[in-house]
Amino acid sequence: MSFVEYGNNIKEGDTAIVYLGHESMFPVKVQHGGKTQTKYGVIRHSTDLIGKQYGSKVTCSKGGWVYVLHPTPELWTVNLPHRTQILYSTDISLITMMLELKPGCVVCESGTGSGSLSHAIIRTIAPTGHLYTVEFHQQRAEKAMEEFQEHKVDHLVTVKTQDVCKNGFGVTNVADAIFLDIPSPWEAIGHAKSALKLEGGRICSFSPCIEQVQRTCLALEEQGFTEINTLEILLRVHNVRTISLQIPDLGKAAEDNSSAEFDRGHQSNQDASCADVQQGTVQFKSSLPLREMVGHTGYLTFATKSLF
Amino acid sequence: MEESTRPPVASAHHVIREGDCAVLKRDEVFKAVVVLKRRKMIFEKQWFYLDNAIGQIYGTTFEVTSSGSLQPKKKVEETTAETKEAGTDNRNIVDDGKSQKLTHDDIKALKDKGIKGQEIVQQLIENSTTFRDKTEFAQDKYIKKKKKKYEAIITIIKPSTRILSTMYYAREPGKINHLRYDTLAQMLTWGNVRAGNKMIVMETCAGLVLGAVMERMGGYGSIIQMYPGEAPVRTATSCFGFPESFFNTLYGFPLSKVKNVLAGTFSLKTLPPESEENTLLAEESNGSLDDKQLSVQEAEMEYSTERPLAGNQPADQREVDIPAESEAPEDDKAKGMMLDKQKKQEERRKKLIETAALLKDKNADGLIVASRFHPTPLLLSLLEFVAPSRPFVVYCQYKEPLLECYTKLKEKGGVVNLKLSETWLRNYQVLPDRSHPKLMMSGGGGYLLTGINVVNENLKTDDYSEQKAEEPTSKKRKFQDRH
Repeated sequence: MSFVEYGNNIKEGDTAIVYLGHESMFPVKVQHGGKTQTKYGVIRHSTDLIGKQYGSKVTCSKGGWVYVLHPTPELWTVNLPHRTQILYSTDISLITMMLELKPGCVVCESGTGSGSLSHAIIRTIAPTGHLYTVEFHQQRAEKAMEEFQEHKVDHLVTVKTQDVCKNGFGVTNVADAIFLDIPSPWEAIGHAKSALKLEGGRICSFSPCIEQVQRTCLALEEQGFTEINTLEILLRVHNVRTISLQIPDLGKAAEDNSSAEFDRGHQSNQDASCADVQQGTVQFKSSLPLREMVGHTGYLTFATKSLF
Repeated sequence: MEESTRPPVASAHHVIREGDCAVLKRDEVFKAVVVLKRRKMIFEKQWFYLDNAIGQIYGTTFEVTSSGSLQPKKKVEETTAETKEAGTDNRNIVDDGKSQKLTHDDIKALKDKGIKGQEIVQQLIENSTTFRDKTEFAQDKYIKKKKKKYEAIITIIKPSTRILSTMYYAREPGKINHLRYDTLAQMLTWGNVRAGNKMIVMETCAGLVLGAVMERMGGYGSIIQMYPGEAPVRTATSCFGFPESFFNTLYGFPLSKVKNVLAGTFSLKTLPPESEENTLLAEESNGSLDDKQLSVQEAEMEYSTERPLAGNQPADQREVDIPAESEAPEDDKAKGMMLDKQKKQEERRKKLIETAALLKDKNADGLIVASRFHPTPLLLSLLEFVAPSRPFVVYCQYKEPLLECYTKLKEKGGVVNLKLSETWLRNYQVLPDRSHPKLMMSGGGGYLLTGINVVNENLKTDDYSEQKAEEPTSKKRKFQDRH
């Protein structure tokens, strides 16, 4: 496996995702002799994982089972060790498309943070593109590089430890796209401009606060960027449920059979629902939004550098 | 994935060339065109010729002259830096309809004289009695509005998924099942679409989803497009201007033969022979049927219907622009074509057999569905071609079919991480002291059902029981038979 290429069978050194069910999963580094504890018992890497097909069911020592999944940037995002606040796949999707990323693109990013977006960028620009990522925090930069090596994508990425606002990205006129997730992006717009190719490119800045966005937009305009556009994307997850609603007892009139009629009408309209007249309930499938959802991650400001 | 060695064509060309697929942009409005000489274009009530754009660089902004030629416009000169005088509020501004001293005829006369839009705007300002009393913000807004109306400025840009999906959602949402661009973005991410994959795509979105997948794969790997009817619609796909090499690893397969492949009874004999002969015609009708659902506002587009550039795909015989009715298929070189036609048919049959073989391997790296059809039967069948531990994404404009699909997939088993979701997209105006969400936002961009395919043991053991019931089974069960 690697994060940029599917493999069929689990090998030593792979990062595999152990899926326990309903959003509960964790990554493991597969090693001969390695053991992983789960609530269903222990998984022995040598016998239970290595050589098995990705996507197989693996029986743990207590008889319960888990699925072992091939890593993807999306699974990594929900499983990675946090060193910073991270970007999630909803924002990442929009960033990737609006920055027009594709195989062969050269991208500059700062800060690297926990590498959530970095993995997604690398996946998209492989096998011929390159990511230059800048992280001024020494330890985080080193940790990110370690992960890129473990995930066999280090040939596609260069991690630099420097302050992007002071020293820029360390490259000039090579990038097709720039991504900024730093506290003061307006201080890095000039560097971003010079990192972009002469013929132009796209830029995105992620900021939680509107004041940051305003300063960034001003800086973008000053530097001659066009198509400046600020967006916000929200993910709404729906839980699929079977709901049953009781039919109210309105008392019985002599020949009135209104509740049964209601049921029949309902059924013919929607075959997903089924009524149980005896019980006095109507059942139907519905999707419920989560009781609480992420209401704000950050504003995404996009712009284009064109020739003039 | 045998093709993973093929390098993609470098995207080094930034110069607008004749025959290119390009996109015209005016403010937030886009239109996909083919760049051709001596061809009248109509866009946003302006007519012009693209001749002068050839040789210029993508991203160049042009001003339309009264003779219809394009003049590259360098910097957007900041007009009226003299916003010296301004009011503080509107307590004394009365709407008497007489604030503008220029009449309609005056303005028309200015236009007819060929006076630049910028100057007309200046005149309008000078002849507005209330302009000086407006607040600075209101003046700004006034100028912007007038500029939009009188300054004929277009930018020519390179097509991309970003541009084309935005354009389609704004102009032809019905053609793409109201798939909003941020939803498409989610699909590409959740489908883990990338170079080297072997993807299955089933869409009735004019080929937009296919194009988006092709862009993300950059010519590496392979794509099998399942299509209803006689031939796939790839109108939007051709707007991307992909190099010919991208089409070499694009396969098409008729949806109506899926059951045959799954049952192992697929052969070319099961194909009705005349369907091959009529492919081209069928395609036209397929396309124009689609077109009929469109508003007629695009009648202007006839001008831009033109034989495209890249690809030997039959679909490429179609026009490139967001279409009006297709032009008649070639009827000129009648007889000499017969041999050619046979050869083409032979090639098509060969590719069809190849495609069936690719499907039979049942090792696809992902499945993307976005169609006007009910998703459940599509998913239940097409997922069989997908390898374990690979993602799938289904789009539907409506939520209810996905609820059913969710339930059926749960019953069938062999999928994990099922998620029904939707995204909301909000646009912001960001200006000093005037930042707020835009007045209008899109009410809906469709729903997605995503998940990951896994080895389905239910199918083998006929065991639909849940985890608890499974517990007594042997610890040391091996799954080597699956290799």
